[in-house]
Amino acid sequence: MNVLVVLIPCSLFLGLCALAAFVWTLRSKQYDDPEGDAARVLLDED
Amino acid sequence: MSVVACPGCAAGPPAAAAAAGRLAAPVAPTHHLVLPRIHCAGCIRTVETTLTTVPGIRAARVNLTRRRAAITADPGADPGPWIRALAAAGVEAHEASEPGARLSGDLLPHLGVAGFAMMNVMLLSVAVWSGAADSTRDLLHWVSAAIALPATAFAAQPFFRNAWGALRVARLNMDVPISLAILLACGMSLFEVAFGGAHAWFDAALALTFFLLLGRVLDQRLRQAAKSAADDLAALEPSRVDRIEPAGRVSRPVAEIAIGDRLWLAAGGRVPVDATLLDGPVQIDRSFLTGESDPVTRHPGADLHAGEICLTGPITLRATAVGEDTTLRRISQLVATAEGARGRFRSLADRAAGIYTPMVHIVSALAFTGWLVATGDVRMALNVAIATLIITCPCALGLAVPAVAVAATSRLYRAGLLVKSDTALERLAGVGTVVFDKTGTLSQRTLLVPERASDAQRRVLRALADASSHPLCRRLAASLADTAPVALHGVCETAGQGVRAVWNGQPVSLGRDGPGAPDTVFVCGTRRFVLRSVETLLPDAAQAVAALHGMGLKTCMLTGDTAANAAEIAQSLGIGRVWAGVGPAQKVDLVTELRAGGETVLMVGDGLNDTAALAAAEASIAPGAALDASRNAADIVIVSGQLTKIAPAIAIARRARRRILQNFAIAASYNAIAIPVAVLGFATPLAAAIAMSTSSITVVMNALRGMRQ
Repeated sequence: MNVLVVLIPCSLFLGLCALAAFVWTLRSKQYDDPEGDAARVLLDED
Repeated sequence: MSVVACPGCAAGPPAAAAAAGRLAAPVAPTHHLVLPRIHCAGCIRTVETTLTTVPGIRAARVNLTRRRAAITADPGADPGPWIRALAAAGVEAHEASEPGARLSGDLLPHLGVAGFAMMNVMLLSVAVWSGAADSTRDLLHWVSAAIALPATAFAAQPFFRNAWGALRVARLNMDVPISLAILLACGMSLFEVAFGGAHAWFDAALALTFFLLLGRVLDQRLRQAAKSAADDLAALEPSRVDRIEPAGRVSRPVAEIAIGDRLWLAAGGRVPVDATLLDGPVQIDRSFLTGESDPVTRHPGADLHAGEICLTGPITLRATAVGEDTTLRRISQLVATAEGARGRFRSLADRAAGIYTPMVHIVSALAFTGWLVATGDVRMALNVAIATLIITCPCALGLAVPAVAVAATSRLYRAGLLVKSDTALERLAGVGTVVFDKTGTLSQRTLLVPERASDAQRRVLRALADASSHPLCRRLAASLADTAPVALHGVCETAGQGVRAVWNGQPVSLGRDGPGAPDTVFVCGTRRFVLRSVETLLPDAAQAVAALHGMGLKTCMLTGDTAANAAEIAQSLGIGRVWAGVGPAQKVDLVTELRAGGETVLMVGDGLNDTAALAAAEASIAPGAALDASRNAADIVIVSGQLTKIAPAIAIARRARRRILQNFAIAASYNAIAIPVAVLGFATPLAAAIAMSTSSITVVMNALRGMRQ
């Protein structure tokens, strides 16, 4: 069961990474205009 | 540069303007515009490039989801020129007084934390369920506790706050059993883990929090969409007016206008406040106030009411009543009273919660006392009670209504219908009788082009009709759309008389025969035609009414017009019951009478004389061209397209109600199995996790299933 000592922190670390990523998407306002972001993909960047 | 494929934007933005680039808003926006008709990437580009080329604007960013644009410019800058620039590019825009509601802002972090914690704890629980024992199981439980306790402490705060708010005033709401279940599950699990027990409910507590938060987020989105629809409509009211000041004409927000101010209004403008006319005579379109399509002539010194449209102009006015004192606002307040009298509608969700909340408490209390009496073991009894509380907690129930409502509302929105009230869909689903207003909603008065007129004379007529903003001329011009207008000289429009001009050296005119004469006459040199005026159906009225009949709905018509006119229109549409010559108050009485007779009434109307009836009906729809007061009184506003949208809207509402009832049935059948299992003490955390997740997921899937059939 020693493997748990490695695996549990690993899974916790990955979970925290995902949570941090989610907080980042919130902070950078990626949920403010989902339709607009979907449409802007189609525009040429100048 | 590739042009985005979008039929609505076929005209597209000029390529050169696109090169100007768009800017992200680096500083807080100072102005907001409502753009009710934008819908694709091409629209975004058109708006942003148009705005960034207007001098004075530092940055502009479109939000397609909320149909708004945030603009950074000098505070206090006049958005009038921007709106005109957008209109020139083919985009309708209105000034919004405030930024508008954000989409489900503050619940998202809670949902995110609950989701990630749930997945991690669930993963650890899988190890326990698959047979981890002794110290390994304890270790996994402790790690679960370390994740679950802080996560629930943060994520479940919205429930705790609401529950505490209800308990403080000695009341029960949905959040009380939810909070109780979460707190008891966490507390009891901690106790069990500390004493090496076999069952911990951390994953269940988190799953409960997550699914219920999901329902809340959807519900909040729905309410905010309804609120922002109401805000958007408020933005359609005239928000600015030209005030005559010593320095000249200055554009001011209507809110700044004081009694006694002198105002300037262009032809076609809507009177912003109650006022006295200072010059004239002027033609006033009062159709929104009275329902009559014929304009009236007003002379200097006459009183004008907010909401009336000045057809000839420009004119100057002196404000006599502002803000809440204007006629328009007083009528809105009358409507508010009528709405109060409509009685509070109890939504399906409310009724379900009313049955469910006491039941959850009673069943778990009974389970606790039953097991306590039978075994005398408090710990055992408490475990069973918690299992019951968690399993019966209304996860699927919390998702059943909002998931369907969000799907249906966004479908209606794409079809061009704004839903303004969160219970409108349910009320619309129940209607059995559709009551129409006639003038403006189903029919309009139009002038017929004389058949004997030559080609050249038709072209002159078109040019004369183009020169006036009188509604009859507008429609006449529209019926002559294929005829190219000639060039006229010395065009002059006299209020109440008509348009006069010179063509090829001979006088031409379109207007009344003389002061007060009923006929409209078209004079071209020596020829003279009397134009017949007929009441015609709006292009899609027949189709819309036929579609409603096809759905098995009864139709009626209410009108202030004469019985003969009304009967003719009703007959051509196949409308059975007609009441002619009724005033606004009688319209309310008739609607109330129909409802008292057991019919559920949908009122469709556009005029101010319809507003009280709109508010008195079970559900109400107003066309987008209706007066602000009618749009405010109606539950649903048709933004784009016309009456043909009504039948599909009712179909979607009915489908949504059926979907909600199906969801209740799904949730109830899960509970019918789960409650006996839990009360008898067979429920394990694994069983709870499976029951809760599958029921919630089934309900959401059922809601998101395509709405067409």
